[in-house]
Amino acid sequence: MMEKAIRFIKENKGFSILLALAVLILLIALLAPVLAWQDPTYSDMGSAFQAPGPGHLFGTDRLGRDVLSRVIYGTRISVPAALILVLAILVIGTVLGIVAGYFGGWVDTVIMRIADMMISFPGMVLAIAVAGIMGASIQNAIIALVVVSWTKYARLARSLVLKIRHEDYVYAAVTTGSKVIYILRQYMLPNVLPTLVITATTDIGAMMLELAGLSFLGFGAQPPIPEWGLMLNEGRQYITAYPWLILFPGLAIAIVVSIFNLLGDSLRDILDPRS
Amino acid sequence: MKVKTVVKRVLEILVVLLGVSFLTFSLTYLAPGDPALASFTSQGISPTASEVEEVREEMGLNKPFIVQYGTWLGNCLRGDFGNSFSMHKPVVSVLLQRLWPTLKLAFFSLILMIIIAVPFGMVSAVKQNQWPDYLVRGWTFLGVSIPNFWFGMILMLVLALQLHLLPVTSPDTGLTSMIMPALTLAFPMSAKYARQVRTAVLEELHQDYVVGARARGLSEKAILWKHVFPNAALPLITLLGLSLGSLLGGTAVVEVLFSYPGLGNLAVQAITSYDYPLIQGYVLWIALIYMVINLIVDTSYNFFDPRVRLGA
Repeated sequence: MMEKAIRFIKENKGFSILLALAVLILLIALLAPVLAWQDPTYSDMGSAFQAPGPGHLFGTDRLGRDVLSRVIYGTRISVPAALILVLAILVIGTVLGIVAGYFGGWVDTVIMRIADMMISFPGMVLAIAVAGIMGASIQNAIIALVVVSWTKYARLARSLVLKIRHEDYVYAAVTTGSKVIYILRQYMLPNVLPTLVITATTDIGAMMLELAGLSFLGFGAQPPIPEWGLMLNEGRQYITAYPWLILFPGLAIAIVVSIFNLLGDSLRDILDPRS
Repeated sequence: MKVKTVVKRVLEILVVLLGVSFLTFSLTYLAPGDPALASFTSQGISPTASEVEEVREEMGLNKPFIVQYGTWLGNCLRGDFGNSFSMHKPVVSVLLQRLWPTLKLAFFSLILMIIIAVPFGMVSAVKQNQWPDYLVRGWTFLGVSIPNFWFGMILMLVLALQLHLLPVTSPDTGLTSMIMPALTLAFPMSAKYARQVRTAVLEELHQDYVVGARARGLSEKAILWKHVFPNAALPLITLLGLSLGSLLGGTAVVEVLFSYPGLGNLAVQAITSYDYPLIQGYVLWIALIYMVINLIVDTSYNFFDPRVRLGA
């Protein structure tokens, strides 16, 4: 077991390093209360707008809150939110795609027409409308993005199912009286899952950016939550005098998204036999 | 493309639009907040209960959902999207006023994007696995990993606040006002396109006709620009159309950042002020424009590619 793991690491150095970094990010999120030396919502008006220095490594914001602590706590918001979002899209898209592809007929028509509808206009428009109308919160931002993003996965799953739908072994299973749910789980799901999981991994970064964008517009996390996109929005008015307010949250997003993007790419390289 | 296919596509668009209209209407119908009350509060009036009830009756808000939807849809088809609560003007005129700035910004950033992406992608392909390629690939990676609004803020900080080259915000649609928002939009897009160009050119470079051209003694430059590029550029046309569509809807963040007077900025305002007619009108318009653009792109793609045009 141990030997196998070591061999895997040696053969996939890049992936292993990235995976370690991703785990590190998760650890930062988990250990935020230990790592951050100040409560992210603790405000001390006396020390507002302090430049980065020994007392506050990343400076303080307009309420005197420690930016470093807020950035660290931000990991707790952005990373789980993006992961939940991607997981939800993956599950919904896969299930609907498999059902549409396997059953065909009107089920297929209904599901795919709804997908067409969602894809027929720029995702951000619907996301803004949904998030805005349902009220601004991080949960609603996630729901909004799920509503507009599942279609890609459904289409993918459907096309993969259609490839094997008419294979002999599927017909054999039908003829021998296998339950539909068994066929879907035993034959269809394993066939579509690898491709969809790869796609999902490569999408984590992009989803994180969209969530941050919604928060930046005010349709995501609400104050005083230390969400990075929201912090950028709050820091925007002070960009001239106190640029560190936008520098550090932005860097945090860029670094975390980069790591997840690279991780997705290298996972694809490992799992995708074509490349 | 055959006329029949176009007609079929137009019919499909109509069906989808009907769905979109239903979705939009349901969303605003289910939304918290009372449009009748909102029409008062947006004018700064606090009405009595009977006044609100009167307006509710007047706006038809007491009728069943499906009747309200039918009335609304009928009005929309006649081009009447109602009046904006917050601007006290017909939705159509508000949207029309903001459409042009967004279109202008979208086209400008597409042009900027092409100017950046095509040479970078070509260099990256021709110098595959050499330092220019690595440089371009690193940069395309940054393009998809950095939030574009953050990139915009950095531009703002450097170009406007430090170097004083450009105005900080973009309240009008003049050239200097558009440069920063357009660059902000073009940056992540050009990253994506440079990758596409690179892949497409690499694919073409391995085709037989390139070997043939080299054998005939054509210069590498001529092969690249006269033969490889036109072939590689074809698939990009479809992508360009898609990008134009998503630009129309996706400029909100950048428009808000730079206070640019476009559709996206308007939509955000409409939502924060619960201006339902405006939101409905906006979503329907964008959906319609987006689908029409896609149709045009698909048709033109068939036109540009002789293989498809001649039905090979």
